[in-house]
Amino acid sequence: MKNKVLYTINKSELDKLIGILQRDGYRVVGPTVRDGAITYEEIESVRQLPIGWTDSQSPGRYRLNRRNDDHLFGYVVGPHSLKKFFFPPKQRLFGIKRDGESGYIFEAHQPDPPRYAFLGVRACDLAAVGVQDRVFKQTMAEPYYAKARNDALFIAVNCTEPGGTCFCGSMGTGPRCSEGFDLALTELRTTFTVEVGTNKGRQLIEALEHETTDANTSHLVDLLMDNAAEHMGRTLDTEDLPDILLKNLSHDHWNEVAKRCMSCSNCTFACPTCFCSNVEDSTDLSGNHAERWRTWGSCFTLEFSYHTGGYSRSTPAARYRQWLTHKLANWHEQFGTSGCVGCGRCITWCPVGIDITKEATTIANDVKRSRANQEAKRLEEVGS
Amino acid sequence: MISTLDQRPSIVCGEANPMAPAWTRIVACQQESSNTASYTLQFLDPEQKKNYRFQPGQFNMVYLFGVGEAAISISSDPDKCDSLVHTIRHVGSVTFAMNRLGIGQCVGLRGPFGSSWPLQECRGRDILLVAGGIGIAPLRPAIYQLLKNRDDYGRLILLYGIRSPQDMIFKEEVEGWMDRRDFQVLITVDYPSDEWTGPVGVVTKLLRRVRVDSSRTSVFVCGPRVMNRAAAHSFLSHYVPEDEIFISLERNMRCGVGQCGHCQYGPKFVCKDGPVFSYASVRNLFGKDEV
Repeated sequence: MKNKVLYTINKSELDKLIGILQRDGYRVVGPTVRDGAITYEEIESVRQLPIGWTDSQSPGRYRLNRRNDDHLFGYVVGPHSLKKFFFPPKQRLFGIKRDGESGYIFEAHQPDPPRYAFLGVRACDLAAVGVQDRVFKQTMAEPYYAKARNDALFIAVNCTEPGGTCFCGSMGTGPRCSEGFDLALTELRTTFTVEVGTNKGRQLIEALEHETTDANTSHLVDLLMDNAAEHMGRTLDTEDLPDILLKNLSHDHWNEVAKRCMSCSNCTFACPTCFCSNVEDSTDLSGNHAERWRTWGSCFTLEFSYHTGGYSRSTPAARYRQWLTHKLANWHEQFGTSGCVGCGRCITWCPVGIDITKEATTIANDVKRSRANQEAKRLEEVGS
Repeated sequence: MISTLDQRPSIVCGEANPMAPAWTRIVACQQESSNTASYTLQFLDPEQKKNYRFQPGQFNMVYLFGVGEAAISISSDPDKCDSLVHTIRHVGSVTFAMNRLGIGQCVGLRGPFGSSWPLQECRGRDILLVAGGIGIAPLRPAIYQLLKNRDDYGRLILLYGIRSPQDMIFKEEVEGWMDRRDFQVLITVDYPSDEWTGPVGVVTKLLRRVRVDSSRTSVFVCGPRVMNRAAAHSFLSHYVPEDEIFISLERNMRCGVGQCGHCQYGPKFVCKDGPVFSYASVRNLFGKDEV
């Protein structure tokens, strides 16, 4: 990774880049300040980026603050991920009308997605797209997702200043973007260094005024990345974690978390990999037109698990346990990867500040401690 | 030869996307009990009608115009290719609405989805079927196949538990099976009528009346959760191996293809990894509450 060729561009080139993307028919999406948070929205120029802003994040808390410089990407991830662009929160799957004897006719289809170019995407969000790819592209491709995803372009940004709830270092997804990008920028004082990830990315850099980054600057970027990796707001020891969690479904701590969990679903909606959905069918008043909509769903709601035999998960403890064990353990068996990318959104946006790293660690430490005690006891018995 | 079991059939759905239904027409309707009816469906599209295949134990997502979708197992003979049957108990919004439909009306379908009873793998073995209530419906396609290829299997036993004698579905057919010498059928009821002379009580009590040779028996179970659990544990205590006990599970399902997340059962998506699981594959979850 460290020996990749980097290019340097002036910050002023970024507006040109946005222009090129627009000319190429892309809808450019980037971070912008909205309603007191930094969210991904459609942007038209660099001026809409959160210039000179940063964020301060801790469990259940998110605030924007002024920086003492004019950095364009001097913050980490906000409440929105890229999920909403590939897998919209609410989408019509089809509309149909009655057609006399021959049944029904489809009259409205899923819309075609726009071609998105994402600017300022972080390593954790790129990793999350990779995780969702495995969900939506396996078994039976989700057509909207597949198209939006295949057409998308990613101009990523390496995080040099991790936030208070970040733990991508523990999940192996960041802070440096390692795959899934067309271009990856690192922001310096007056310039960006640029790593090229794809041919499309190469064409873009060719169109900009650029030079090969000198060795000192390359080294500086490496130092910034190493420094970022060492300053994660949080850590999570993932060794043995799936096994520990799945073998301790009856651990007391699930009930302890449930005393604080409000089952509000915020974590699942903020999570960039959570993929559950509901399907809703309805008709108009004439009864001749019907539609099917898909909306984001959450395993934290009671009705999520309802079937004729009752509710599969009737308590908040069971629902929290489902979410956490799915994310950190069962995901591995389902999709060959963790479901957590370490973005920290579920921690920041939990109204009561429940911290996935802390809850998982509490259980893991307790289990490891009692395993160690048992082992010590066994050795003692063998010894005597 | 069980031709329909050779490979997993491809999924039939509507033109719009994988979440859109294909259309079928109700060509026959048979009331099975006070709240249960069997609907024979035929695809409107000749291609779909020709290509639709399923395996015993699989299900469809049944769509009612504007009302919604429900996961319903297929209860007909997989070799009968021109139509299929869903046996539906009217208990939820979709199935209640189904009650209002009659012959000639249209129903949407996506499917077939899920795993099936391991009929091929169990050749040569005794097959013991345990059904609770409507749980007989997803077992019926397997029974058709077992009877059709009767010589390929050892003893064939059905233990069928129902609430009361009036709740028996597939009544005439079950009586026909009872008359066969090569099929042992035992029925128990929770609430006997005055005329009932058979066993009373939970279905696992019937186990005392049959001989289970644990070394050569495969068990197929489908019923309410409590019954599934009791049955599985009874067979385990009869030394039937964990990988010879197969259970069909019920969960909330919205998509059928492992994308909506509702049916998750630990690492399993019941819609695509199930609904039929070997006990061995869900051992860690089976006894757990609220997973």
